[in-house]
This record gives sequence, structure tokens and C-alpha cells, in this order.
Amino acid sequence: MAVGLPENVFLTQLDAAANWARSNSLWPMPFATACCGIELMATAASRHDMARFGAEVMRFSPRQCDLLVVAGRVVMKMLPVLQRIWLQMPEPKWCISMGACACTGGVFDTYAVVQGIDRFIPVDMYVPGCPPRPEQLLTAIMDLQQKIRESGSLMGREFKAQTMPNGPPPFDPDELRRLKGLPILPDRGLANSGHQFGGELPIGQYTELPAAGGPAHG
Amino acid sequence: MVESSALIERFGPEIVESTFRDNRRLTVPTGKIFEVLSGLKQDFGFDMLIDITAVDCLDLDDAEHRFSVIYLLRSMSTCERLVVKTFVDLPRPQLPSVYPLWRGADWMEREVFDMFGITFLGHPDLRRILMPDEFTAFPLRKDYPLQGRGERHNFPVITRAES
Repeated sequence: MAVGLPENVFLTQLDAAANWARSNSLWPMPFATACCGIELMATAASRHDMARFGAEVMRFSPRQCDLLVVAGRVVMKMLPVLQRIWLQMPEPKWCISMGACACTGGVFDTYAVVQGIDRFIPVDMYVPGCPPRPEQLLTAIMDLQQKIRESGSLMGREFKAQTMPNGPPPFDPDELRRLKGLPILPDRGLANSGHQFGGELPIGQYTELPAAGGPAHG
Repeated sequence: MVESSALIERFGPEIVESTFRDNRRLTVPTGKIFEVLSGLKQDFGFDMLIDITAVDCLDLDDAEHRFSVIYLLRSMSTCERLVVKTFVDLPRPQLPSVYPLWRGADWMEREVFDMFGITFLGHPDLRRILMPDEFTAFPLRKDYPLQGRGERHNFPVITRAES
């Protein structure tokens, strides 16, 4: 079949094409609170030039971004702001925790400084360093691109379905009928027929893991 | 240059003056602090309040009181500086507010209240200025642990599945 394709025409999956496009057009939301922010600016500037990786479009509105770069320490008064920004970003979205302070709290083990933002928001890439060199941030962006291309871009709902303790819910061919309140035809749904994809648990009655809390010390 | 004798004559013999590295310091009893500060402003020309701060004297060997509250004054006409110091104790560390004398004392007293829990009577809006409103402790007190009492972990966790 490929013999008949003209030049510069490729066959692929839609997911792969979407992931390729998303990984090469990351729009960062800079959350720069400390000296890591200076390195972040240096990474975006001409010498290191984040535009080579398609990630130069820094937007200062979370509504337009899909990559949160937390550069610097986060104090507990700032954490609700950070969480709100994360929730305001449209899906799919990723997060880079840049620098020792954002990853672990760094040297600031005091009453006011959050000891690692991954206790409170999800993080995809950790960049060590105090502050990290721009090359390290670029490596993190390239690794994140690799991750997006390989593992795809999941919405939170899809992620939840995949990480449930019982595995993803079985395919329900009658989902639309259920949603619309239409009568379910007998002997049609896989979930009703004892098929291997379902039947053990009724749809919509999965139990979730309790939310993981931070450690009690400190 | 304000003479020491003039200060003692004006405010009484409880005022103790000392000098340390060219800094003149007045130690004032708690009950007379507002009278002394207003007198310094009106009669001695110390018309600018540089800062209000406090020190927790817990575990200091020669300390008789728990907190010392320090007012840094400056005379804009003679460029003289003066450190006025007074003491408060638990369980009710209270001082009169100097907001009627200097409007700039507003945020300074809020900061001292936020960090040490010293209340300033008569302050128009005494609430926390640096720490979050729901914070309950006073973090610069020396009996407060450096790493806190778990306040920084007391937030909801946003997982990827929820966001």
C-alpha cells in the first residue's frame, strides 16, 4: 500500500499524530518564584533558545498553556495559587518541577516552605540543580516530549480509569443507551453477558483508592 | 543632640539610657511606652518611625522578660537616631498601638503581631500580614519548631486523575 503513496505522505495513527503535534508545541506556563526563574528566562532567551523544541510560547494565562514549569520554592501561602493555576490549565497538561526547591524544598526546610510540589500537584519531570543549567531544563523538555510521544496524552478522566485498582472499566457497548435512558437490549452488552471483558463488577460501581495524603511529620 | 538629662527630666527616672556602638538606646517600662514615644515625637523631634520589631528572649540568660519590642526612631531635622525598647510577657503580651502617632506603624505592628503574637491595643486592623489567615501559631517565637507543626502539609492533594 505504501508503494502507492505520493511523496511526503505518511500513514500513522491519529493518536500518534496528535502526540507528535502536542509534544512539539508545548506552551509553558512559567511559575517562576526564585532564582530558577532566571535560568528559565535564560533557557528561553537566544543563547539556549527553547524555540528549537517548540516550547518558546510562554503564556502568562494558564488557560492558554499545557506545560506548567514550577521554577523555585513554593511557600504555603502560594500553594493554593499554584493549585488553582494547575486546575485552570486545559487538558492535556504536564508539569515540570524545576530545581531542588520545587522538587524537595531544597535547603528551605522551614515552617513556611512546601517540601516538594509533588505532594500537592502531579509532576511529570523533575529537574535537579540549584539552579539547574538551561541545558538541564532543555533535557527535561526533550524527555517530556519523548514521554508524550510514547505514553500519549491522557486526560485526567482517562488517567483515572487506567489507574483504578481494578483496572480500566470494561468496554460498555450500551453506554450511549444508558446515558440517554434508552432501553438496553438483552443479549447484546458484553458487560451483561459474562464475557471476559466484563461481567464481574457492575459498571459504575468501582471503588476508588482513598486520596493519598502527605506524611504526618514535619 | 538630645541630652540624656532632658530625657530623664521629661520622662522620669525609670528611663534607662545606654549606648552600644554609637547607638543610643532607651529602655522604657511597658506602661510608659506610649507616653515616651509621643513625647519623643512631639517634644524631641523624633518624627519618623523607622521600624518596629521584637525579640523573643526565651532562653537568654540575663533576660527578665519574654519579649522585647523595639522601636527605631529618627529625627528628620537633626538626623539623630534612637532605639526605644520595652518588654512584654506572656500570657498577655500587649502594648498600646502607636498608630495614632505614626500611620506607618500599621503594617509594622501587624508584622510583629503575626510573627510574635504581641497584640497592639488600639490598632485599627490587627490581622496577619505575612502568614496565611488560617495559620494559628506565631512562627518567630522560639518555642515554635523551625519546621512547623504540620501547617505546610495541611492542603488538599490534587492528583492527576482529579485535574
